[in-house]
Parts: sequence; C-alpha cells; structure tokens
Amino acid sequence: MSAPRTVFDKIWDQHVIRTLTDGRTLLHIDRQMIHDGSNRQAFDAMRQMNLKVRNLDLNIAVVDHIVSSLPGRTGESHPPGIERIHALRNNSHEFDMEFYDVNDPRQGIVHVISPETGFTLPGVTFVCGDSHTATNGALGALAWGIGTTEVMYVMATQSLLVRKPQQMRITFDGSMAKGVYAKDLILYLIGRHGVKCATGFAVEYAGQTIRDMPMEARMTVCNMSIEFGARMGLMGVDEATIDYVRGRKFAPKGAMWDRASAQWRELATDADAPFDKEIHIDCADVKPQVSWGNSPQEMMSVDDRIPDPASMRDPERRASAETALKYMDLQPGQPLIGTPIDYAFIGSCTNSRLSDLEVAAAIVKGRRVRPGVQALVVPGSMDVKAAGEAIGLDKVFTDAGFEWRNAGCSMCVTSNGDVVLPGKRSISTTNRNFEHRQGPKSRTHLASPATVAASAIAGAIADVRKLMN
Amino acid sequence: MERFSQVEGVAAPMMVANINTDALSPTAAGKSTSVDIGKLLFANSRYHLDGSEIEDFVLNRPPFREAKILVAGENFGCGSSRERAVWALQKFGFRCVIAPSFADIFRDNSYQNGLLPLELPPEACQALADTLTKSNDPIVRVDLEKQEVTGPNGLRFPFGISQERKMALLEGLDEISVLRRMEPDIDAFQARDRIERPWIYERG
Repeated sequence: MSAPRTVFDKIWDQHVIRTLTDGRTLLHIDRQMIHDGSNRQAFDAMRQMNLKVRNLDLNIAVVDHIVSSLPGRTGESHPPGIERIHALRNNSHEFDMEFYDVNDPRQGIVHVISPETGFTLPGVTFVCGDSHTATNGALGALAWGIGTTEVMYVMATQSLLVRKPQQMRITFDGSMAKGVYAKDLILYLIGRHGVKCATGFAVEYAGQTIRDMPMEARMTVCNMSIEFGARMGLMGVDEATIDYVRGRKFAPKGAMWDRASAQWRELATDADAPFDKEIHIDCADVKPQVSWGNSPQEMMSVDDRIPDPASMRDPERRASAETALKYMDLQPGQPLIGTPIDYAFIGSCTNSRLSDLEVAAAIVKGRRVRPGVQALVVPGSMDVKAAGEAIGLDKVFTDAGFEWRNAGCSMCVTSNGDVVLPGKRSISTTNRNFEHRQGPKSRTHLASPATVAASAIAGAIADVRKLMN
Repeated sequence: MERFSQVEGVAAPMMVANINTDALSPTAAGKSTSVDIGKLLFANSRYHLDGSEIEDFVLNRPPFREAKILVAGENFGCGSSRERAVWALQKFGFRCVIAPSFADIFRDNSYQNGLLPLELPPEACQALADTLTKSNDPIVRVDLEKQEVTGPNGLRFPFGISQERKMALLEGLDEISVLRRMEPDIDAFQARDRIERPWIYERG
C-alpha cells in the first residue's frame, strides 16, 4: 500500500526529473503560454545566449495585455503598445513559436484560451509569466505564475528548479444562495482569511459545492488563488473535467483519448491524504461580495455597512483601511449600495467566459445602463466573442447600452487604452482593486458579473438579488 | 547577475503592508524599453499627476533618495508576476528589501536578479524602521556571509536564507547555467515521458 496522496502530490511526482541534494526539485514543465505584457526580455536573453526553444509544441504566444479591445482594432490601435506587440510578433517568428496575433480568431486572454483550446490538459504542469496562471488548475493541472527570467528558463529547458510548497485544502460545502456565484465564494474566502493566508502553499479547492460547479465557474475560483497568497490553486479531476476537455482542439483523440482520460481519472486526492492546513467554508453563509478598499481582503457583503477602521484590532489592517477609505472616498458605517459608479467592466481572466457573459446578459436583458455610466463587455477570447454572438448576447448588451468589445485584458490591466479616469469609480469583474490599478487615481470595486451588471443598470453599486425575482 | 556579499547604505523605512507590484512598477513603466523604470518606481505615490514630486514621500526626501535598502511591511511584492517590479527597485538603487514576509513570485524574481529579499520578524522590521526614521545617519549593513543585519544604535539581527540561494547570490550565479548542466536528465525524462504520456508532446 502506498501512502495516500493529494492531487497535487500526484501531478508533482509525475514531473520530477530529479531531486537535488539541497532539497530542490527539477520539475518538467508541460505547457507554457507567452504574452505581450512582459516576456520580451526573455527572448532577448535567449538571443544573447544563442539558445533555441527546446520544445516548440509545448509553448504558445498570444497578444492579450497590450492589445486594444476597440472594434476594428489593429496592432497599432493603442500607440503605446505598438512596440511590445511588434516585439512579440517578431520574437515568435524568429524563434518559430506558434503565435496568435491581433486578428487571429484564436486570440484571447492566456488563461481563457489555454483551457478553451485544450492546450491545458488535466495532469499537466503549466506556467505563464502571469500571476493568474492558477486559473488552469481548475482542470486538475498544476499551474503557476512565474517571472520573465523563469519564462526564459522554460523556453530553453522546459523545466524549472522549484521547492515543494506546503499544501492547504479549502472545502466548500453547502448550496449557494440566489445571486451568489463562484466569484463571490473566492472573494468571501479572501475577505475572511486575508491576502497572505496561502503564501507558501499550493491550494486545493474541494467539497460538494466545487463538485457541483460547472468548469468555467471553477476557473474563476482558481483564478484568484494569487489574491489569497497562493501561486498554485487546483481541483481534482472528475467527470465534469473530462467532459469539458473532450473534443477540444488540442485534446487527445481516439485511442490516445482513452489512455489519457484513464490516467486523468486518477487525479483526485486520496482519502486520508494529509494537508498542512485546512479551511472549511459553508457556502450558505455567502452573500454577493463587493470590495470596499484597495486590497482584495477589504471585502464585504453587498448589503453590509462599510467597516469602521477604529473597530479593527490588527494595526496593519486598520492602517490599510484608513488609507483605503480616503483613497476610495467612502465613509465608515455607510451602506455601499447606492454609491454612484462611473464605469462597469465585465471581462478579464477572472470573469470573461461565455457563462459569465450569459449571467450578466440575463440581468441586463430588457433594461438600460444608467446614463453617465460607461459599461464594457470584453469577452475573454475571440472564440467566446463568436459564441456569444451566435446566441445573441452582443445584441442584449448593446441594446442595454453596453459596449461589446474584442478580446483582451482591457480594463483590468489598463496597458491597452481602456482606463478608468482619475477620481472615477468603477465596479469590475476583475481581480485587483489596488490603488491606481485601473488607471491613476481610479477607484475599483471588485464583484461578480451579476453584481456588475445590476450596478450598471442602477448607476450605483447594487444588490443583484433585488433584480432576480 | 551581480554578486551580493555585503551591502551598506541608506535604508528607507516604508512600513506599509502588502506593497504590491503595481505600486512598484505601474503599467506606464512597461510601455517601452526606453522608459526609465527606476524613475517610475512607486510613481503613483512619488509624483503628482503633472509629474512633479510629492515632497513628503519617503524616497523623495534626503537622505532616502540615495537608499540602497528598503524596510517594508509584510507580504511585500504581492500582486502580479511582473519581474519589472524587481528591476525597478534595482534601477532605483536598491540591493535589498527587508520585510516580515514576501509574496512567493516576487521572492523568486528577486533571487533570480540578485536583489536580496531579507526576512526579519515583524518586531525587528518595526524597530529598524523606527530607528531609521529618527536617525541622522540611517545606515544599514547587510552581511550575507554572516547572515546578519546591522542598523543604527547598535541594532543587530541575524537572518535565515536557504543555502542554495545564499550560494547563488555570493557567486552571482545565474540559474540557467545550473539548468543547462542538467540537460541530459531532461532528455532522459522526456524520452521516458513520451512513451508514458505521448499526448503531452503531440497535440490532438
């Protein structure tokens, strides 16, 4: 009898090339996505050392961070991005790497197109020079974000030297109330346990609520692992995972599919496998969440009152809250509902998949965005965009006064022309509410697509449950 | 990468928790290779919207304009994986950040570039920062070989670091050279793995 293992252990063990005497592991990396945001120096270093990409089939490059989302866009639509888009195009060409350019129908946000194309498969190790790479962990993959130097190492050697993190399990049980979505669960977890709770850990999300969750919702949960402190977040493989992967473009087919999927079915945590830390969340307690501050842990239920820093015991949390309320122009003790907004953004690697857009569309259908609010829907990939148009979502959104854009990171990262202007307030399906994140002096409230949609209609932060009867 | 053995210089106190990589290197710093990312370090707290300096920001005040060491709050470097955050600190002149804890990706990025992410207990960071704020001579010495931090007024703290990171910093060793020496192991792994998991190497 071998010792019980977690899904993390099983994937890790399968990728060990060798263990070093200092305790580090040389781990094989099965997949890497390269993007236009920060990878140019990796190619420069390769060129300097006269290195080639070791396994071209295991790497794909795409534009997402810098590319404009405007209708009719080109690589030149956002002038400050031109240099970097050119650099990625030329580098991909020079190094022979598969590249999805601005007007390629396969273009989209790295963490949206990887699962969607089947480039991400269960059981793979997956890296990308982006902190939200754990999104891919929803497929039972070990996925994490790395810096530019490590991107170069992976291009050159398809491996990385790593130390095994500790392991934490979050068990979500209980049913989600009306108006509560996967986004609310992960925001609630971060709000309750803080942004550094999982630093140094790989996190497994488990429990009946996760098993009942569709795959795209699972991606939203894994996506925000980094805001919980964890580089890696993942889930065990079940039949929903297998069904999701089946038939995708890069997924194995025929006899190979049978072999692969049989292996993947083993990728669940064994009973009695040990974790270094465990947290339980009763999902019945969770209401729609909205952030009030400048850290993803500064989170509240939409119908609560804005907290008073004076009542906070932890001096760091108190200091942070005082600064945040000033920056956000909010008063302690007041309701958040009714706070006027200037922007409503639906998109980003957290919430830009078809199911996210469907939820939002159901809320806005037959209603109008409040005048004065700029409301944007930015599908996560051109494939999501096409699928949305095929079922008429574009029409629902544009009839309501939303803009329907092309795929990219858009207003989450603001290096592509989509920005919140100074002093303006945005409610956004993104993952970070840092000061200046959506533009200098921007004020960001994080929420689910449903809450953002409801707020766009109200012209103010709104409780989506009131629109759902 | 640049070797790190001992660094002595002005240390700037910034005891704020969760200093994130957007703060260290805002989006604008990523625009072009011609942008001076060191000038844009903490840009949103360092400059007014018109580009003029915000006087009371610590790094705009002498002697901290010349700081080589930063003393900060917990979870330093949280947020995105942008390595530019490390490069921006280095471009400004920092060789070492002292904090109670670091975000995982930032810590790795720091080591890859020879910026020392040095962990001290929260009380030690606070004591060091308080002393630096009051001192006329806010100099800190970091001795990697001895694993010791020395501050003004005789403050002295030992620190821990993994042996491989210490050796790499002392020797200025780039990890790519270690990885390339292991290529025969990678070849052998992939040869075995191609049989066990062919779908990894041949996309469907």
